[in-house]
Amino acid sequence: MNPKSGIAIAASLLALHASAMADNVDHARSQISFVSKQMNVPVDGQFARFTAQVTYDPRKPAASKAEIEVELASVETGSSEANIEVAKKTWFNIAAFPSARFVSSSVRALSQDKLEVKGNLSIKGISREVTFPVTVKTAGGSSTFEGAFPILRLQYRIGEGAWSDTDTVADEVQVRFRIVTTGNK
Amino acid sequence: MQRYTRVAIGLHWIIALTLLGTIALGVYMHDMPVSPTKLKLYSYHKWIGVTIFVLVLFRLLWRLGHRPPPAPPSMPLWQHRAAAATHGALYALTLAIPVSGWLMSSASGFQVVYLGILPIPDLLAKDKALADQLKDAHQFLNMLLFALVVLHVAAALKHHLMDRDDVLARMLPLVKPRRKKP
Repeated sequence: MNPKSGIAIAASLLALHASAMADNVDHARSQISFVSKQMNVPVDGQFARFTAQVTYDPRKPAASKAEIEVELASVETGSSEANIEVAKKTWFNIAAFPSARFVSSSVRALSQDKLEVKGNLSIKGISREVTFPVTVKTAGGSSTFEGAFPILRLQYRIGEGAWSDTDTVADEVQVRFRIVTTGNK
Repeated sequence: MQRYTRVAIGLHWIIALTLLGTIALGVYMHDMPVSPTKLKLYSYHKWIGVTIFVLVLFRLLWRLGHRPPPAPPSMPLWQHRAAAATHGALYALTLAIPVSGWLMSSASGFQVVYLGILPIPDLLAKDKALADQLKDAHQFLNMLLFALVVLHVAAALKHHLMDRDDVLARMLPLVKPRRKKP
């Protein structure tokens, strides 16, 4: 290995460490995906890499907390061409904003297995409050959280310039998630 | 001279022009960089493909009830056979190509939604390797179709200009029949 690439690797490891939080998610069973509409055709996508820290006690749901950081470069849009495109300035601008972040601000129990989660979603330097229902199942110390909520991509300036044409790519994007926490931690 | 029916003539020329336009569009859009225009053109291409498929089906049904006028009696047997084979292949390809495009679109994970309104069910699940193979098939079938169209046009022109018979005229909407040679 030449010294230059050694430094590069060390630097990226440091960067990784700085952004990594204590993650308590079973990634094999968790997924963050989205559905966009292109020319009225629903197109599935997902993010392969994210870290999440979720605190949840069924007896004290209001004390729950969630913090999720999504590595935008891990996006899988369904076509390699589009994967390259969405990294660009007009879309996610991954060079300047490598990750999207959700931090919960309040959690309310709607029923035994349903929560209403409120929090801030930050993408591309823009932070907005989102509220959405989440279903919870707890078994063997591990909890599964599932839900979906719509975002308006233009509010986060995702797809600027020619791409802001919502006849081609709809403004509304459905975000879906299934987060399974690791048990006994 | 016995012509094709007006419906058959109309369908023939509408399909012919749309088909050539769609092939040209397919070649053009394929090499475009990703842009909203590209997404639009891909959708239009798919919508036109679905339309052609339906028109060809309708044309075949029409043909069942309205047989084409007989070929000139002077035509040698091998030409009868060649014409029948080419026509059969043209019909088969104009049906198979939209189907291959639809399957390719499904395998790529993009459902075809006709005119942005009517979703056409996906027969195949998303499968990148299969999508690549179907793309090759779609391209190959189109090249084959284009070659057959060239042959078809050449044969029509040969009939008209060299054999001086009515084979082309019976498919033309406005041309007067030739007078029989004495």
